[in-house]
This record gives sequence, structure tokens and C-alpha cells, in this order.
Amino acid sequence: MWFLTGFFALFFYLAVIIFVAGVGFKIYQYIRTPAPLKIPTMPAPLTRTGVGVRLFSEVVLFKSLFRANKWIWLFGWIFHFALLLVLLRHLRYFIDPVWWWVALIQPFGKYAAFAMILGLVGLLVRRITVERIRYISNPSDYLMLALLLIIGISGAMMTFVAHTDIMQFKAFVRGMMTFSWQPIPTDPALLLHLAAVFLLMIVFPYSKLLHAPGIFFSPSRNQVDNPREKRHLAPWAAEMEKAERSSDS
Amino acid sequence: MAKAKIEVPELKEYSVMPVLQPGVMKGVGPYVSAAEFQEPLGFPGELVDNWEEKAVDKLGDLLNRYRGLRVFLDSCVRCGACTDKCHYLLGTSDPKNMPVARQDLLRQVYRRYYTLPGKFFGKMGWEWGKKLIGAREMDKEVLDDWYNYFHQCSQCRRCSVFCPYGIDTAEISMAARNIMDTVGKGQKYCNQIIGKVFKIGNNLGLPEPALLDTLEGLEEDIEDETGVKVELPLDRKDVDILLITPSADFFAEPHVDGLMGYAKVFHEAGVSWTISSYASEGANFGMFIGSYENMREISLRIRKAAIDLNVKRIVFGECGHAWRVAYSFLNTLAGPFDFLDPNYPVPQHICEFTYNLLQEDKLKFDKSRNDDMVLTFHDSCNVARATRMGDMPGGQFMIPREVIKAACNHYYDMEDETIHDQTFCCGGGGGLLTDDLMDIRVKGALPRMQSLKNVVEDHQVTHLAAICAICKSQFTKVLPYYGFKMDQIVSVHQLVSNALILTGQDED
Ligand code: SF4
Ligand code: SF4
Repeated sequence: MWFLTGFFALFFYLAVIIFVAGVGFKIYQYIRTPAPLKIPTMPAPLTRTGVGVRLFSEVVLFKSLFRANKWIWLFGWIFHFALLLVLLRHLRYFIDPVWWWVALIQPFGKYAAFAMILGLVGLLVRRITVERIRYISNPSDYLMLALLLIIGISGAMMTFVAHTDIMQFKAFVRGMMTFSWQPIPTDPALLLHLAAVFLLMIVFPYSKLLHAPGIFFSPSRNQVDNPREKRHLAPWAAEMEKAERSSDS
Repeated sequence: MAKAKIEVPELKEYSVMPVLQPGVMKGVGPYVSAAEFQEPLGFPGELVDNWEEKAVDKLGDLLNRYRGLRVFLDSCVRCGACTDKCHYLLGTSDPKNMPVARQDLLRQVYRRYYTLPGKFFGKMGWEWGKKLIGAREMDKEVLDDWYNYFHQCSQCRRCSVFCPYGIDTAEISMAARNIMDTVGKGQKYCNQIIGKVFKIGNNLGLPEPALLDTLEGLEEDIEDETGVKVELPLDRKDVDILLITPSADFFAEPHVDGLMGYAKVFHEAGVSWTISSYASEGANFGMFIGSYENMREISLRIRKAAIDLNVKRIVFGECGHAWRVAYSFLNTLAGPFDFLDPNYPVPQHICEFTYNLLQEDKLKFDKSRNDDMVLTFHDSCNVARATRMGDMPGGQFMIPREVIKAACNHYYDMEDETIHDQTFCCGGGGGLLTDDLMDIRVKGALPRMQSLKNVVEDHQVTHLAAICAICKSQFTKVLPYYGFKMDQIVSVHQLVSNALILTGQDED
């Protein structure tokens, strides 16, 4: 019991540290690296507000994906938004007292688990059955889906089949946050659920999950179309010009 | 290398996803550049000794300089949305022509050398680990695949339109070609051409006297046809406009008819203008090889010409990637252009110029002179997906069509999914317009030929109009493979030239 509690508490800290530091570093890297040329996919917005609208339509509605392929869009969108609901619902394990809107989404969040599983199964079936997607899939692509399915199914099991002692679990979570450890409930579904979530957090900064921060930094989607009006110059290109000028004179 | 016999794919009603045939387009790629074409561009003459290491280092250098490359290599989730969007995949069935598979050729090396798990598995020599995360050592096999398949990408950006993260395979191809150049494995076609621009001023290596001769010949042609003296000046100082146009406009068909069109439009507008022999090239192949430095070098010639000739404005002729480098990059590479007239955008496209005159009702047309043609318009990929015209998004689709419609009575668009930003490449862009790549060029034209066939059948379309020198040359070559005639491709300003009534022209 104490062994399990200690193990999962340390696993949790490790996952959080790797996730935060890893993703933080990637974002720092993206911010630091310039995009030397204007390469928005046209037609592109002419203002920053327009870019905001474009990014919104990509992040929230998956607009490009919708134009590309309705099936991938459908399963992908269902999965992501179910996941969002489920994540928000989970806030209740971290905060006390529970915010009113978190309480409000609780019933939807519970059933969103099924939508999430449906989306994942749809994506997995396509990955296996559509020849061209099967061709481009790496082992890690299947593992990622498997991991998410394990998370979804074990989570739904706890909500709908074999209930876990939620109060004790919440005490464990709050204990980890305040560094005063409380015993973890030991149902296998819960332990599996947690282990898979932590694993996902650990691989996040080193895998394709980087698409989540990536989309905001993609120059083909986040640049304003104004190259004639405003000179766009990367710092390294400016250096190059300066070096040239001083060697000319 | 070009196969003796090219198997032309069959035209169907729609583009359908073919059954994959792994490896059908495997080959040695286009002719490799010799030392004499490499060195003027600052690249080693042949594959350097420790090229594996050099290639990995160059990738690292590019990752630090291009955020797009880094984000694109990190973000692909292999969702498959782009897999059926590339004309080369549709025309060849080779799975490595799926945009994501093409990217993966570079991504595998990125994952091996520039991600933590890749470095770890690499150091431990754990093959299963590399396989798991899709990482690969930089070796000869990888280099050969790069050389082959990154020269089966026309950098058309169609995949980028559909990718949920905007991942642009064109950027990946450019980076890969840049890396290959850096280790000494360049493509002959592109690099030889860039060398000619540095030496002589244009892709064709036309020296000034030949240029002068050609332009005088065109003046005579126009006078014979219309009875009006329309000038095509070379290196004239203190004029309003410097015209930068692809050198194919000086001699190739149907390009040259477009050039006569620009001259007539300038004449009717009453502006003075000139061509520069020093910057007698609109095309900029520096983009195709992903070399900022070479692209800039070529662009700076335009700046110098504008200063030396003391012009007020710069206008570009019909060329797709030239307009991309002009519209999107010129200000970056060779700006600022504060010495030009601030009342006009720098640069302007000839279609914008003509369109503005149309708005002001300054041009008179006899549309019936184009009545022997029923037209459709091919949106060139670089214009459509990498630039704009006019002052609203999508002007690049509207303005050329309005110009065509002003000059012609019969116009029909191809299907919606194959025009505007979803347009299919002609199959010859991105540095592929060379005879040693004829096979991929013919196959890559398939989707465009399909939609052309549909408008030919539904609306009796007879001609395809374009505003890109590469598209025009490519179609001239590939149309016959699909049962069309080579002269069914026309320049947009050729239509303008046909229908424009010059002031003082003898009525026939
Ligand atoms: S559409 Fe984008 S994310 Fe999806 S497989 Fe293609 S490149 Fe990757
Ligand atoms: S840029 Fe064009 S040619 Fe290259 S992979 Fe994408 S769709 Fe294919």
C-alpha cells in the first residue's frame, strides 16, 4: 500500500516535471527560432485579428482537416472535444471546493468518455484499414492510440462499472499537491489509468503530441499577409546584411 | 533518368486514389550537378568525404534558422489528410509521393539526431527503439531516397492547404535540397541555371545583344499586325516602370505572345517602361533549392537594376514562382524599396496593372477577336497558394479571371476542387522542368489533365490560359501525351494582346 502510494506519487512528480519542462523548452525553442520568410498558405488574413480568427477556426473547428477528409475530421474532432470535456471534468479532483462550472459539466464529462473512445476507435480502424494511412503509420502511432484507449476505457470503467473510492482518491491527489501524502486507492483500473496518463505526459514533449503547441507556431497558419507593406526580416538575415555592408565599405 | 517509354496514366472522370505501388518511382533522380555548376553557388563540387555528418549539421543549422521546418518536423500526427492530395502520388501511385511520406524521409533523420529518444536509441544502437519512434541513421540509402523523391515534389503547397497544422512539404523539400547541395549533391538543372543568372543575367544565358535583337523583332511584329509602333525598350533610364519577366517570355511560345501583351498594355496606359539586361530574369531558382543566400543574390540584381535605371515602379510579368519570390520575399531579400514611388505597391503583377486599367476604363477591347477560343484558367500553384494580387485575400484568383473575361467572350472554370487554392500543379514546377524528369512530369500532370478533359467535354473548352512560364512550357510538352494539342495553352496577356484595340490602330 505505502509502496504503491510512494511509487505513484513519485511517478506523478516525474511526469509533471518532464511534461512541463519538456513542453516549456519546445515552446521556448519555437519562440526563439525566427521564420525568415513570409510563407502563410494563401489566401491568408491581412491583419493580426484575422490571423486570430484563422487559428481559432483551425484549433476549434479543424477547418483544414474538414476540407481534406470528412471521416478523419469527424473522428478527430469527436475525440479531441470529448477529451477536452473529460479533462475539464477531472479538475474536480484537484480543486476544493469544486468550481460551479466544473460541477455543471460533470454529467456531460462523464459520458464524453464514450465519445472519446468512439473517436479513438474510428481513428484506429482507419489507420488499420485505409491502405495509405496504414503505409505511413509508425509503431508509435499505434501505441499512442492504444495508450489513449487504455486511458479512456479504464476511466469509463471506474465511472460506470467498478467505482473507485473517489473521496480517498481526491485526498491522494490533494496530498500530492501539498506534499502530505495520503494512501492511494488500489483498484487495478485506477492504477492502470494513472500509469497510462503519466506515460502519456512523459512522451508528450518527444513525440507528435507536440502538434498541440506546434499549430500556434506554424508560419503557414499564423503569419499575416503583408509582405509588400511591411519588411519582414529575421535577426540572422539582418546580421548577414550588416556584415555585408561593413565589408563593402 | 527519363525512361525510354513513358507510361501515360489513363484519364478518368475524377482524381481517384490509386492502389499503392511501393517503389514504382524509385530511381536515381535527375542529373547530378557537376563541379562547374556547384562552385559558383558556393557548394562543394562533389559529395564531400564526411557527408553524413555534414548533412546532419546542416539540418541542425536550418532548424535553428527556420521555425517552420522545426514545427513541421515535430507536429505531423500522420493523420493521413494529405495522403491523397499530391498530384505526383495520384499520377504515380508510389507511396513515397504521399506528402507525409515524403516529409518522413527527412523527419526520420530529424528524429534520430535532434530528439532525445532518437539520440538515446542511436547511442545505444537499439534498432527496435529507432523503429518505434520512426528514426533512421543518415546513410547512403537515405540520401538516394532524398535525391530521388525530393525531386518528385514541385513545391506546390497543395498538401499544406489540407494539413490541420499547415505542414508545408515544399519547405521540407527546399530544406532537403539545400542540405544535399551543401554536401555536394546538387541538381544539375537548377544549379546550372542559377549560374547563368549570375554570369549573364537570365536563366537562358541570353546576352544583351540577343535580347535587343529579340525585342526589336517583337516591335516589328506588333507594327506589322496593328500598324502602331509599340516599343519594347531595353536598359532605358529614367522611365516609370522596370519590367521583370521570366526570360522564357523572350522567345518561347506562348510566352512571347504574353510579352507583346504587356507591351501593348503599357503603351495604352501611356507609361514609360523598360526591361533590364542585367536583371533580365523574373524566375528565381534559388527558391527551388531552398537557398536563402542564392535567392537573395538573384533578387539583389533586381534592386540594382531599379537603382541604376532610376525607375519609379517594378512590375512582374507572368510567372508563378517568380511572383512568389517577388510578392512574398523581395521586400525581405532586397528591400527596403523606399527609393521607389510610394504610391504603388512594390512589386506589382502585370495582371494587377492591367486590372487597374480595366477598372479605370482605360482599355478598349474587341472580344470577338478571341472568339475562336473557349477558355478556362489554370491557377498556378505559387500564385494561388503563396501570393496575393490586389488588396483583398483571394485577389490572385479573381484578378486574372477578370482580365481574361475582359478580353474573351467564352470562359468556364474547371471544377471547384481543382481551382483556386485547391488547384493542381501543372506537374513541372519546383525545378522539375527538365527533360531528364519527363516521366514524373507527364504523370504529375494527370489530375490537371482530368479536370481539363471535363471542361472540354462539358463546355467545349478549347484553350487553357495560364500566368506562369513554367506551366506554359510544361503544358506545351505534356498536353500531347494526354491527347490534346500543344498549342492549347495560352498566356493571359496573349488574350489581352489579341483583343486590345490600340489607339490609332487600323480597323480591319
Ligand atoms: S495532413 Fe499534416 S499532420 Fe496529417 S499526415 Fe499529412 S502532414 Fe501529417
Ligand atoms: S508540395 Fe505539392 S508536390 Fe510537394 S508533396 Fe506537397 S502536394 Fe506534392
